[in-house]
Amino acid sequence: MKHLLSVEDLSIQQSLDLLDLANEMRKTNVKEIKRLPALSGKTVANLFFEDSTRTRLSFEIAAKRLSADVVSFAAKGSSVSKGESLKDTVITLEAMGVEALIVRHSASGVAKTIADSAWSNAAVINAGDGTHEHPTQALLDALTIRNALKGSTDKSDLDGIRVLIVGDILHSRVARSNALLLRKLGATVGLCAPATLLPQTSSPLADESYLNLDEALSAKFDVVMMLRIQQERMNSAFLTGQLEYSELFGLTASRFELLPAKTLVMHPGPMNRGLEIASRVADSAQSLIKEQVTNGVALRMAVLYRLLAQEG
Amino acid sequence: MKSYILKSAQLADGTETDIVIEDGVITALEAGAKLDAEVIDANGLMALGGFVDLHTHLRQPGSEASETILSGSKAAAKGGFTAVNAMANTSPVADNAAVVEMVFNLGIQAGYVEVQPIGAVTLDLAGEKLADLGLMNSSKANVRVFSDDGKCVSDSLLMRRALEYVKAFGGTIAQHAQDPSLTKDAQMNEGELSFKLGLAGWPASAEASIVARDVLLTEQTGSKLHVCHVSTKETVDVIRWAKQRGISVTAEVTPHHLILTEDLVKEYNTVFKVNPPLRTKTDVMAVREALADGTIDIVATDHAPHPEESKDCEWAAAANGMIGLENAASVVITAMIDTKMMDWARFEEVMSSKPALIAGMAGQGKGIAIGSPANIVLLDPSISYEVIDESESRSRNNPYLGMSLTGKIQHVFFKGRQTVSSGKVLEIDRDND
Repeated sequence: MKHLLSVEDLSIQQSLDLLDLANEMRKTNVKEIKRLPALSGKTVANLFFEDSTRTRLSFEIAAKRLSADVVSFAAKGSSVSKGESLKDTVITLEAMGVEALIVRHSASGVAKTIADSAWSNAAVINAGDGTHEHPTQALLDALTIRNALKGSTDKSDLDGIRVLIVGDILHSRVARSNALLLRKLGATVGLCAPATLLPQTSSPLADESYLNLDEALSAKFDVVMMLRIQQERMNSAFLTGQLEYSELFGLTASRFELLPAKTLVMHPGPMNRGLEIASRVADSAQSLIKEQVTNGVALRMAVLYRLLAQEG
Repeated sequence: MKSYILKSAQLADGTETDIVIEDGVITALEAGAKLDAEVIDANGLMALGGFVDLHTHLRQPGSEASETILSGSKAAAKGGFTAVNAMANTSPVADNAAVVEMVFNLGIQAGYVEVQPIGAVTLDLAGEKLADLGLMNSSKANVRVFSDDGKCVSDSLLMRRALEYVKAFGGTIAQHAQDPSLTKDAQMNEGELSFKLGLAGWPASAEASIVARDVLLTEQTGSKLHVCHVSTKETVDVIRWAKQRGISVTAEVTPHHLILTEDLVKEYNTVFKVNPPLRTKTDVMAVREALADGTIDIVATDHAPHPEESKDCEWAAAANGMIGLENAASVVITAMIDTKMMDWARFEEVMSSKPALIAGMAGQGKGIAIGSPANIVLLDPSISYEVIDESESRSRNNPYLGMSLTGKIQHVFFKGRQTVSSGKVLEIDRDND
């Protein structure tokens, strides 16, 4: 594996291997000295053309725990805001000598374009490209689901597990990557959103889709994953308004109370508490939200290790 | 002027003939005892009327790094064309008599093909006020087709007025049919693939709904409408309905929409970014059938050169468009004749006589007939070739690289002067005129 560009490229075996390796990395993360020498002397560049705090920090901590040098490039305040092209930015970093480029960009396909280009030979990790994919998020979510339902020593797939994803499916790279990966690993995936935020054609990504959240929640899902709803969707006729969205598609306290006690709740963050998810739900014992963040570091260590540790 | 005898060429109707060219005109279809003529062995070659492109972006003035009228004319000649219609979206825009006359004159200077400027419908292509349609028509360039191509005349009232206004001089409005609000930020054909790739979709309805409105306006005004680059099955259905109703509408399809599909976008390779976007296999079959049965009248290239920096970048930042003059005929042969969907007579019609008629170019599209201007292409239908990265165009955004296509342009004559010999573009020697 030279790059991690999309879940679609990953085989089942490669995916499970990353989950298993991430569980090994978790053991390092609870030690007093949380550092392995694996990537000592290698340089990893965080190339973020779009705002992100948690993903960038998660990758940075992951790389540092493997002893890599980390440089961060954020588009704001960099040469990109003065109009430098993607090509020249990548060539510049390449010329400085980096082994991996962790790329986030608002345009779909950017990680793939960099990986296919003559601009760079570095390993490329897609940290979110437009509305396309966010593969490490999907992997960390799969890891979180497997650990929660089967235990952290389990090495099997997700066969038989039912996951419901609720929210802005149309614009969500998290939804795409999750649906692709979870189904690849044997889970059943349901999608739920207003019709304006679902793909028009019968979704290539889901086993079930719902236009009504209550109907979806009665369909016995093991995991309910809520997605962040962007303010801007309110202004472009995708949605009518916050109140209605919260009433119809939010995981409110009253909806939550009707769920079985074993139903797990996830959210990739950052959350709009009170909009798509009630505070009480996010902070409940059934919430895996903190666990997702913890697993994010371990999973990203596994990815960096697989891409960078084995080569010369 | 030099005289030529083209020996044993095959015409579109299957007959074999010699063709004599004297003083720029076809003077005989049998070789008499003509002295002092160059004899070209055309045995095994098809002789057809020179191709006429109704939709060419020559980029001059304003984007000479992508193309000039000279380089675009050479590319056209190499592709078997003897006439091109230059789109108005230059910089400055061809929305006044001065710019269209300049383009017209540069075309004459280049001398490889007849360059007929298309005028903008609206000032600066802004879709707000009509351009100087009448002055462009009465200028030396005698503009007869008007288009905001690249942008849609989306305002219904303005479209109605444009259709009405050009009736005074028999003009045609060529519409780039794209509802702008339905295609905001659109990046590719809308469907399962656009969802998977995370690229904002360009729905088929955004094209067909504008065409539906425009044919109704055309019926009401009694004017003439031409639909640029039809790309969807839905649009074909609307045009078929309009023609049955007797509405004066014509339509074109590009070579790329006859052979390429949206699947090519999967790798985010920007050479396949084009507007309207590549569609599905169903759409490709629909436009092929429509071209064969006459619902779509002609092939037009939408030759759209772009410099490397506009394509060597992320998908969202890349420019729309692909070059197409040089491979157009081969694509049509591969898509339509190899598949037995059309014969050579229909091929000559869609590539030469009908586009000449829509463009109102009197000296073009007259076919191989005694007394016709000697605008002739000789092509070898038996050659299959792999497309390589070599072009007379200044740009290299060629989507067909590596593809195997049928039919190769061998010799081209423009008003009796040879512009292409054995597939090579000749330097024009004006001293021998």
